[in-house]
Amino acid sequence: MLNNKVCFITGSSRGIGWSLAKLFAKNGGVVIINGREDEKLTANLDELNQISSKDHSKINADISKLKNIKETYRIIYSKYKRLDVLVNNAGILTDALIGMTTETLVDELIATNQKAVLFNIQYAIKIMQRQKRGSIINIASIIGRRGNVGQVAYGSTKSAVIGITYSSAKELAPQNIRVNAIAPGLIDTNMIKNLSKDKLNDLRNSILMDRLGKPEDVAKVALFFASDLSEYVTGQVLGVDG
Amino acid sequence: MLNEKLKNVFNEVLNIPLSNINDDLEYGVIGWDSIAHMALIAAIEEVFEIMIETDDVVDMSSFAKAKEIVKKYGVDLDA
Repeated sequence: MLNNKVCFITGSSRGIGWSLAKLFAKNGGVVIINGREDEKLTANLDELNQISSKDHSKINADISKLKNIKETYRIIYSKYKRLDVLVNNAGILTDALIGMTTETLVDELIATNQKAVLFNIQYAIKIMQRQKRGSIINIASIIGRRGNVGQVAYGSTKSAVIGITYSSAKELAPQNIRVNAIAPGLIDTNMIKNLSKDKLNDLRNSILMDRLGKPEDVAKVALFFASDLSEYVTGQVLGVDG
Repeated sequence: MLNEKLKNVFNEVLNIPLSNINDDLEYGVIGWDSIAHMALIAAIEEVFEIMIETDDVVDMSSFAKAKEIVKKYGVDLDA
């Protein structure tokens, strides 16, 4: 389905990002994984190479830093000379009530969840513009659409991801670069282990399909946005929340 | 030679006659708006195989400045 498309997935050493990487590889993509633990990335890369014999690779970098983003795209361009799909997946989740939200917490959330998304797009399109083609998928959150107690700072960064998606989709459509977002609900990954038991129960009880989401549920939708099945779809936010 | 190549990029992207492309040509003239500027940057990056930093994208306010910036990335425009 991806037919040798070169796909870069930020934050893909575990959870949703890793699930996406495997599904993309199974469907013919050439996958570039990213994370901050080299050992984990190496193990994941071995697994990808077992899934398909493509030129998959890894980039060990903290993608929340602009200088690392610049270097990352230099590496991608020099190795592949193209980039078809960017998935802005890297993100952090920290909860705090408004009265306990510190400046440091806000700065960290903005750097990874919001600023890095914008600058990854800025550098990715430098390559995509040359091809006059590309698909960018931003991983937002149900919290960015509906809000939640104790997630004002986190939720605001995820609302920002949706805003980035809407505006960049408009700006990049003339160059045939599509930008869409996925807003996952409660997905069973390490990330939700930071949530309190009460909050987890509240969220769990609000799911009509009566189960937590799986990373694969998000990966399947990302595959749709990455592939040409969605070639006339841009500026959309699709909830994957049961 | 490469100086001519840069002029050709301006000519093709901005649709400004070659005779009007000189050091005095500045951002903001008819045909060189912000959307065209991004297309210009993409074309320059492709033709000269460079990746221009965002600060330089913002600074590229004239043809003279464009020459200066392209040179900064190791392109010898006099070659």
